[in-house]
Amino acid sequence: MTTVDVRLTRRQVRRGRRVLHLLAEHAPAVAVALCFLLPLTIGVLTAFMTQHQAGTGALWPSPWEFGNFRKVFSAMPFGRDLANTMLYAGLSTIGTVISSVPVAYALARMRWKGREAFFLVVLAAMMIPAQVTSLPLYVLYSHIGWVGTLKPLIVPGFFGDAFSIFLLRQFFLTIPDELTEAARIDGAGELRILWQVLIPMTRPAIAAVGLFSFLYAWNDFYNPLLYTGNSQSGQTLAVALTELAKNGHQNAYELQMAASLMFLLPILVLFFLAQKVFVEGITLTGIKG
Amino acid sequence: MATALAPVENTSGGAPTRPARGRGPSPSGARWWIVLAFVSPFVVGFSAFVLYPVVSTLYYSLTDFQAGSYRPVHFVGLRNYRLLFTQSDNFWVSVRNTLWMVAVMVPLRTAWAMLTAWVIIRVKRGRTVYRTLFFLPSMVPVVAAALSFIVLLNPVGPFNRILDLVGISGPGWFSDPAWSKPSLVLMALWASGNLMVIFSAAMLDVPRELYEAAELDGAGTLRKFVSVTLPAISPVIFFALLTGMIYTFQYFTEAFVASSSSNMTSSSSQLLGYPANSLLFYSTELYQQGFSYFKTGYASAMAWLLFLVIFAATVIFIRASRRFVHHAGGGR
Repeated sequence: MTTVDVRLTRRQVRRGRRVLHLLAEHAPAVAVALCFLLPLTIGVLTAFMTQHQAGTGALWPSPWEFGNFRKVFSAMPFGRDLANTMLYAGLSTIGTVISSVPVAYALARMRWKGREAFFLVVLAAMMIPAQVTSLPLYVLYSHIGWVGTLKPLIVPGFFGDAFSIFLLRQFFLTIPDELTEAARIDGAGELRILWQVLIPMTRPAIAAVGLFSFLYAWNDFYNPLLYTGNSQSGQTLAVALTELAKNGHQNAYELQMAASLMFLLPILVLFFLAQKVFVEGITLTGIKG
Repeated sequence: MATALAPVENTSGGAPTRPARGRGPSPSGARWWIVLAFVSPFVVGFSAFVLYPVVSTLYYSLTDFQAGSYRPVHFVGLRNYRLLFTQSDNFWVSVRNTLWMVAVMVPLRTAWAMLTAWVIIRVKRGRTVYRTLFFLPSMVPVVAAALSFIVLLNPVGPFNRILDLVGISGPGWFSDPAWSKPSLVLMALWASGNLMVIFSAAMLDVPRELYEAAELDGAGTLRKFVSVTLPAISPVIFFALLTGMIYTFQYFTEAFVASSSSNMTSSSSQLLGYPANSLLFYSTELYQQGFSYFKTGYASAMAWLLFLVIFAATVIFIRASRRFVHHAGGGR
């Protein structure tokens, strides 16, 4: 009898030690996770509060107000602005990928005089602040009647993006020379090597570049603010959300949060579908950059 | 080249006299018109959307040009630059606020990302779950993040309510000039997940033998972090500080949204520094001058100055950090 008791307590001790171990392993991570989750949770919960409750420091909606999301559509032209955002993000992503891939290929796989200097120009273009280019571009766009349309946001994407070119070049350089040289010796032209050898092997990398440029456009605030800011037809959600906060809805925290949540949702879906691509892409920008 | 060709000759089954190259490509280089065709998007784009505007901004900065006005444009030399340094209070306020952010937000964000990465790599089971949770906030669009923080940190809002529960009376955050910049710092820490991912990847790349050797020498956790981890990840720290600095010199969206949307009073033109100009940063002041008051020449001078400062700071930073950054194997 007594021996059984002793064994039991020993097992308990062992289990207790394992719990302590688990706690030591996970407690810091859980604490940090709570810090990261708190603002997100409050934001989501506020979207379900009544106007009366939101912003009063309430931590839990009571009662749950599901109508906020419908109200967003009457408080702002959400559908129109969503269409604009999708047009900007979608078209500029397509443009960036198809125009940056050949440039990156020429930098990574073709041998020509001035290539190093050209690459330096790409790096320099990455460093130039938007503030330095936006004043003359604004003048230019207003001369040709583009201000107030989505054109200033979409068209430049079709002419190669320095950051995407840089990233793609780094990816292309990881593909062994032997593979492209073999195709070249078999008489394949540059376009065929790019299309049939390099692109199939770097599809995840190209996806990462596409995702980054989609995210950039979706989140972009500065360019839409400048070039579509005062227009009636072309407003992207990033700008429209702040307008909602200003146009007589200053205290309508629940509407702001509901609209923000609707703005965020496509990004979250994209993130969960392609988390691996994101994480790998970001890691690469950090290590090679 | 020789090593590159060797496996090719094996697969194509011989033909040792291969190096007879009739058609263009290979060592001599690609044909110029093919290269030009491939790089043409960037050549056009760079000329139209970078080179032309950069040169124009320099020219504007030497004139009294006002976009949208039909007044004749005069060449005024360095007057706009002189005005910046001598007659503009707002300019210096914006410079001070921006430097404050560079000095406080950038190191704190880097340290926080490093700490969270350190926390995450010590978890053995369930690491990807934590990584997702830590990373998630950095995916939230800046505008949505700023709006949520305004809600969270409003003076009678949820965060102060929580602080009340533990007996702390919280500040006014975005509506208090002393706390508005720290509020933005909190937001930056919250959204540092992308940096955390880079740091944790670098930490996982540190060879295990280094830690084992340190353990044999009797090093504790802290000692191992300082003597093994820190030197090994110093290139990433360098990267984080440099990109953080460049980003913060151009800090715009967070400041714009925080100061314009947390302002409860009617939307006047002076909303970009609210409260009490504590959130007036270099780029928001530039925007105000260039796109609200249309003082294009003056704003162009600000833009060029920003460009020069970022360039100089980058060069100085790279020079200064050479001593501290450890390069394994000396490569790259």
